[in-house]
Parts: sequence; structure tokens; C-alpha cells
Amino acid sequence: MLNVSIYRYNPETDAEPYMQDLEVDTAGKDLMVLDVLELIKAEDTTTSYRRSCREGVCGSDGMNINGKNGLACIMPLSEAMKGGNKLVLRPLPGLPVIRDLVVDMSLFYKQYEKVKPFLINDTPAPAIERLQSPEEREKLDGLYECILCACCSTACPSFWWNPDRFIGPSGLLQAYRFLADSRDTSTEQRLADLDDPFSVFRCHGIQNCVSVCPKGLNPTKAIGHIRNMLLTSAT
Amino acid sequence: MVTSVTNFGRSGLSDWLMQRVTGVILLAYTVVIAGVLLLCSPDYAQWKALFDETWMKTFTLAAILSIASHAWIGLWSVSTDYLVRHVLTIKLGPAVGAQANLLRWAFQAASAVVLFTYVVWGIQILWG
Repeated sequence: MLNVSIYRYNPETDAEPYMQDLEVDTAGKDLMVLDVLELIKAEDTTTSYRRSCREGVCGSDGMNINGKNGLACIMPLSEAMKGGNKLVLRPLPGLPVIRDLVVDMSLFYKQYEKVKPFLINDTPAPAIERLQSPEEREKLDGLYECILCACCSTACPSFWWNPDRFIGPSGLLQAYRFLADSRDTSTEQRLADLDDPFSVFRCHGIQNCVSVCPKGLNPTKAIGHIRNMLLTSAT
Repeated sequence: MVTSVTNFGRSGLSDWLMQRVTGVILLAYTVVIAGVLLLCSPDYAQWKALFDETWMKTFTLAAILSIASHAWIGLWSVSTDYLVRHVLTIKLGPAVGAQANLLRWAFQAASAVVLFTYVVWGIQILWG
């Protein structure tokens, strides 16, 4: 039997959140954390969490697993508990809880929206497509793979303190994805929009984002590139 | 873009760059002072002679101004991280949270007064 402690909060019935302790029969298998949640939900249908693809692509089931943010669907119990005997599940930290493990991601998306996560190109559209050389395309590797699960931004203290002003690691990774794109012509405006004391410069490089990213991406490195671009364009 | 009127420079980049440059000046000053203390063990007369040199006065003034600007940028960051409504509301309750702006401005004003005093005091010591 697996000991599970799960964060529960239903604003309609609970005065405040509490941790519910459960025992789950995993039949000795090294299940994914999401499988355990499915077993719990089969017993108690009020248990709430987000999920969709169950293979680390949609980014719906980001949560705090034994103190570290991750995707429940691709996190095996053995890795989550690291030899311990208890699985502790909490919602992503720093965002308002809607119910149980479901958080309100409005601020996260607002920051994403701010970086204009789409190609801007004012030149006339070519007949077929805007071509990139293999080298130019290569610059987007490690950037375009972000699935917006919010594991990184909600592991970042700067985002906890300033979720309305600091864009956060996820949004900044996306910002650099478009700054680095050879087909985008809005580099100057994009940089001007980021050059304030909060949007980029609240990053102090502690790299929580790097350590939790379930896709193995490096937002801190992308933020360093943005900083260098700002420095180059301003000096 | 997020706007702010109380940060040190005009942009996030200038604050960031200023903190790095002042950090290097302070590191160099620390190395020089530590070197003098460890290698020469100066007595009062030697110590005074060192600080009578124009280059040492200038270097010390640069270090004092660096401390003031470095500390302002750092303390300003701390105040805008923690002395804000939602953080104080969670940590200390809604009554304190409602006073967040006042507390932040008071903290920033007190920091500015202390740092300005250090600069004036430092100049007085150097050229007094």
C-alpha cells in the first residue's frame, strides 16, 4: 500500500485547505503519479485535478510532487518519492487555488500574452513560405518545446512575489524563442518592451526553473541571452 | 513594459549593469584594503599617509558611491518583492497588507536617508 497525502480544498464546503491522508493499492507497481491520482479519483470522485494527454505533451497536470514541481503523468513514483514511503501532492505554488490541485493560471497566461508569442513580420509575405537556414532553425531548439505547464514559473520566488510584473521563466523562454527567430522583424520593439526593472531583471539566476522543467529546458540560459541582447542594443 | 519611478536608473538594464559595475569596484576595493592590512599591517601614521594619497581618496569615494548605489538597487528590489500588498496580506494579514504602499515608501525613504548619510559622512572623513 502506498501512503498518499493530498491537498484538498473545495471553497464551497471547506473553510480552509487541508491535507487528506490516504492509502492506495498500487499492486507493487512503479506507477506514474497521475495513475495514483486516477486510482484515488475512482474511490472519491470529488478529487479534482487537471489532466489530458497523460504523456507529458499537453502540460495540464503540473503539480507539486513531494516538494518539487513536475508533471504527474511522466513522474514515476520511484522518482517522486526517492526511497521515501509517502507521496505528497500539492497544487503548483504561488497561484490561487480553485479547487484541490487545480490552480487559477490567469496571471501565468497574462505574462505569456505580454511577450507577444507569435511571429511579427512586416515585410510582404513571400509566395510560399519564409525560409530559414538549418543554422537559423537550430537556434530555436530548446525554446520551442515549452508546453506551458507552469512548473518553472511557479517554482520561481521572483514570480511568487511579482506574478503581475515579472514575466517569469516560461514567458521569458517564449520571449527569447521569438527574439531568436530569423523570421521575426520586431526584435527592437520586443526588447524595448522588456527593458524595465521587473519584466526580465527580477530573474536572479537561482535556476529553480531549470531544475524542475519536465522537458529539460533551460529558461535561465534564455534569460541570459535576452539580457545580452538588451546590453548589446543599448551600449 | 512595467513602469517604475523609484528604481535607480531609467531602465532594468541600467540598474542591472550598475549593480555589476559597482560590485566589481567593491571587490577591487576589498582586495586592496585586505591586501594592505594583511601584507603591510600599517600603523596609524602609515594608514593616514595612505588615505592622504589622492588616488586612495578617489578610490575610496568610488567605493562609497558604489556601496550607496549597489545597496539602493538591492534594497529597492527587496522592498518591491516583499513590501507589497499580496505578500504582506498572506504573511501578516489584510490590515498590514492594506498599508503595503506606505510601508514600502517608508522603507525606501529610510534606506535613502541612511545611504545618503553614509556618502556625506564618508566625504567628510576623507576630506575633513
